[in-house]
Formats: sequence, structure tokens, C-alpha cells
Amino acid sequence: MLRIDGVSRRFGDITALDDVTLEIGQGEFFALLGPSGCGKTTLLRIVAGFETPDAGTVTLDGEDLLSRPPNRRPISLMFQSYALFPHMTVAKNVAYGLEREGLARQEVKKRVGEVLETVGLSAHAGRKPAQLSGGQRQRVALARSIVKRPRLLLLDEPLSALDKKVRADMQLELKRLQNEVGITFVVVTHDQEEAMSLADRIAVFDRGQVCQVDEPISLYERPRTPFVADFVGANNLFPGTASGLDGIKSEQFGMLPGRPLTELPAGAEALLAVRPEKIRLADENAARGVAGSVLDVSFYGGVSHISVDVPGHDRPVLAAVQGAAAVRPGAKVKVRWEAGDAVVVAVDQ
Amino acid sequence: MKSEVKARPVSPARGRRLGALVFLSPGLAYLVVLMLVPLALLLSDTVFQRGRFGGIVYEFTTENFERLLDPLYLNVVVNSLKLAALTTLIALLLGYPTAYLIAQLPRKWKTVALVAIVLPFWTNFIIRVYAWIMLLSGPGLVNSGLKALGLGPIEVLYTEGAIVTGLLYSYLPLMVLPLYAAIDRLDPQLREASANLGASAFTTFRKVTFPLTLPAVMTGSLFVFVPSFGNFVIPELLGGSKSIMVGNLIRDQFLKARDWPFGATLALALVVALVLLLLAQSWMARRA
Repeated sequence: MLRIDGVSRRFGDITALDDVTLEIGQGEFFALLGPSGCGKTTLLRIVAGFETPDAGTVTLDGEDLLSRPPNRRPISLMFQSYALFPHMTVAKNVAYGLEREGLARQEVKKRVGEVLETVGLSAHAGRKPAQLSGGQRQRVALARSIVKRPRLLLLDEPLSALDKKVRADMQLELKRLQNEVGITFVVVTHDQEEAMSLADRIAVFDRGQVCQVDEPISLYERPRTPFVADFVGANNLFPGTASGLDGIKSEQFGMLPGRPLTELPAGAEALLAVRPEKIRLADENAARGVAGSVLDVSFYGGVSHISVDVPGHDRPVLAAVQGAAAVRPGAKVKVRWEAGDAVVVAVDQ
Repeated sequence: MKSEVKARPVSPARGRRLGALVFLSPGLAYLVVLMLVPLALLLSDTVFQRGRFGGIVYEFTTENFERLLDPLYLNVVVNSLKLAALTTLIALLLGYPTAYLIAQLPRKWKTVALVAIVLPFWTNFIIRVYAWIMLLSGPGLVNSGLKALGLGPIEVLYTEGAIVTGLLYSYLPLMVLPLYAAIDRLDPQLREASANLGASAFTTFRKVTFPLTLPAVMTGSLFVFVPSFGNFVIPELLGGSKSIMVGNLIRDQFLKARDWPFGATLALALVVALVLLLLAQSWMARRA
């Protein structure tokens, strides 16, 4: 339904967006993921109408969006700061968009009542934003955005201002709400866990470009670029060259097993990525594996994280095991993994 | 326990209060000697009679307050109110767009614009008002401009219009500065949120920007209204002998008619009116 085609935007010397093309489907929960300053918020502001691209087109169900002013787009934006009107009550804030449509007072009242019910704030309708908690404010902002029944809802870092516990609740709430109202959601976030748990599909941004668009599981298991492999989830990365077989040739460690995701000519520069939960620790006398010594063990309840110092590798190798770890810091071990559990990613020259 | 209490010379709170007193005393002394005492003297004068050759005869009378209701004087007060209100209104209509535009400028130009706004204050007030005499007089710049356009010459100097022009010129910055501060502080995302919810630029102004800057509108209005209402220099220099404002009347009672008790009564009336206005403003600001 939303088509972004060849959109570029420059601010002086900085390229915020470089030829971005995306297609987002009806009813989808779509995430734009990337580190801060990667251009994802600029893209959101272009769709909402607060920025104009230097090149490219944006259409919603085939209609050109760019020629319309922001107040004539069937799109709601939930601001990172929420941007609630401080001089209006919760009910007034939520009613604002409906009043602009010129709806009858009865109708406005009814729909405001319904949406406040949905977000669980009926009891707070008469309060001012300053009298609410962060989580409540977020829900007012959400109510204000969905009450107009927009075709598309944009959310700019919707959960970043909340503390961890409230954030987890709101994540579930957002998902439930999206199912209920059936609006297409596009959420901008720098938090990869948030993107993974919320979205149907994720577009990973790096320096104004889209690196990969995929479902969360594919993105996690089959990253297509080194940036995605590094940015999405914890990963152990080993540089080397493609060997033509299952694995790469590393200067320090020789052959390392892994499955290439694409055809790689032998000798091409490549990166091997293996997730911490796929790493096994073996005895130092084991036949295969990379030798190292345990640096640190942290227990997180369900899982333990073990970092292993591997001579010749700049970052410690991270391993995750179920339950409490059996090894102690200082122990000599070998880290190893199955070829099917590691992926080999091409490195762009 | 008891010895412990004794060992401490002053409680922390009391120590803080003593410290505050030390820092406050110069300002406090200034206010008491130069404001409260003269005000008390002025207040006491209102209930005494004037001497035949000026001065005060200390015999109680309510005559001064009765004279206050004389249409002759009441008209002057009403006229002053009218001129001050008109000045304030025009200052708001000119000042709000100015402040709004300055707040939208890039940071560097904001500073330039603000300096330009306060720059006139670096020249003596009286000299600036005299300059207006030159501009507004018969052969002055305003009339020669009007003549060139085939509209003039008209009589500008020594009219109420000239008084309003002078007041406006003098006090407009006092309207612009608080408005600028308030508009500049507004989160620009509130305006974007309003547009996103379907509001036109005008509706956004009417429903979001203006209500949120209302306290500053009231502050700026007060800053312009108060000195305009009691002004006597500008009406004296630009208004000629025809129009008289309450400030001139008070000055005349003290210096020309030598009727100090009635002058004091008029001054008291002015102060009371302004205090009531201030109270109304702060009450409205608290509600907003």
C-alpha cells in the first residue's frame, strides 16, 4: 500500500537517505531499524510530510503523497516526544483530530470514549498530560493517533521514553492493538529487540541506505551484509576469504566451518557469523575448534553468557549456554560450532 | 540529648533564613526607603486639605476622593485608559507576528533581530520622543511623504494619534520580548502534531500556538499598558495642550496647581488601578 521509490534526501554534506526503495503491505507491522543518524526518522518525516525528498516518489495505494500538505495526508504520526498538547485534557487531545474533520459533537464524544476504553484510560479523560505517567502519556498519544482511523500509522521510537518493565507491557499492547484495528503500522526504532518482537518485516538502515528487508527470523539467521550480521542481535564475526567449500579461510585460525548464503567465488573477502547460542565449548584437547581461555561468566537466570578470549581475535568470543555454566574464568577451552550453524556473508569491496 | 541541642547554635533552616536576610537587606532597604515610605506619605496626604498657598493643612477631609468622581477628572482617566488600551492592542497586533517571525529565524539571525529590537533603548528616551516631533511635525518626514503620495499634508503632531504612535514606539519592545521568549520555547513538534491531525496552519495557531503563549500575551500587554497609562512625557511632547492623560494631570496637580493632596489621590487611584490589573493578570495566568 505504501510505496517508497528511489527517495533521497541530503542535508548539506550529509546524505540522510540514499535512493531508498521500500514497499509496505496492507495491515503489515513494519519496522525501520538502524542506529541513530541512519536516516530512518527522516524517511518517516518525509512520509508524514514534514520533510521533502530531493528525489524519488512516495505513494499510498497508488496516490501521490508528496504533493499533499501534511494536514491532508491520511497518515497519523506518533511522535517520539508524544507531542501532547499540554493545555488540553486527555479527552481534548484525543478529540482534536476528529474535530478537525468537522464531525458532529456526539460522534466525536462517542469515538473518543471508545478509543480511551481501548487503551484503558477512560478514568483519566479529564486529566492534563502533565498529570500522567510516561506509560499513560504514551497511550494518550497512541489513542490520539488511531482515533482518526488513519490508513497508515507511523510510530517514531514509540517505546524509547519508557522504562524497561513498562516497555515490555506496551510492546504487547501495541501488537494487540494493531491486530484489533487492522491499521498498517510503520515503526522506527534503534532497538533491534523491539523491532524483532513487534514487526512482521524489518528494513535495516545503515547510513541512509536499506541493507536488508526481511522477516525477523530470516534477518537473524541469514543476514546478508556484515552490518546486518553485526547490528541485529549478538554475533561472533570472523573475517576471512571464501574457500569455495562450506566455510572460510581465516588468516589466524585456518578453515572455519559455515554455510555461504550466496554464491561466493573462492578467494572473495567474506565474514563468518556465528550466534552465541550456537557456540559449543569443548575441552582444550579437542580435535577441532579455536583455542582460548574463559574471560568472564555472567549468569542471567535462564542462560549464562561466557566470553572467551581467543588470541588473534580482537573481540572476545561470546557463547550462550542454558542454565548455569560449568566453566570458571581462566579455564582453557576450545570454541567450536557446526557448519550449518554459521553463515558466511559477502563483504562489499 | 539536651547538650547536643545546645551545642548547635542555629538550626539549619534558621541559618538559611539568616543568610537570606543578609543578601536581601540591601534590596529590602532600598525598597523600604525609596518606595514604601514615600508611598505611605503619599497615602496619608490623600485625606488632608490643601493649603491656600500650596502645602498641606493637616485636617481630615474626604473632599479629594469626591473630586475624583468629577466628570472633568473622570474623563481624563477614561481617556488615558482608552489611549493605553489602544496602544496595547496595536502593540500586540504588531508584536506577535514580529516575535513569531524572530522565533523562526536561524539561531544567528535571532540574536541580530533581538539586538535590533532593544537597540533603541541605548538612546535617551526623551531624545527619541523629540525625534518623533521632527518626524510628525508640519514639514516633517511623515507629512512630506504623504504629500508626495498626494494624501497630505494632515495634522499629525499634537493629536491623540501622535500620542499613541509615541507610546507604541517606546513600549513595543516590551511586548515583543516576552512573546518571543514564549514562542521560542514552544516545542515545534506540537505544531507538527497539530498538522498531522489535520489542522490547517491557521487552526494550529488558534488552537495550539496562541493558547500556549497566552500568559506571555498577558505579560507583554501589561508591560505596555502600565507605562502607557501613567505616562506624562509623551502626551506632553506629542499631544500638545489639547489632550491630557492622567499622568499629566498628576504632574500638574503637584507642580502647577500646588494641590498635593489631590495629586496624591489621583496617583493613588492610578496605583490601585494598576495593582488590580496585575492581580487580574496573575489570576488568569494561573488558570491558563
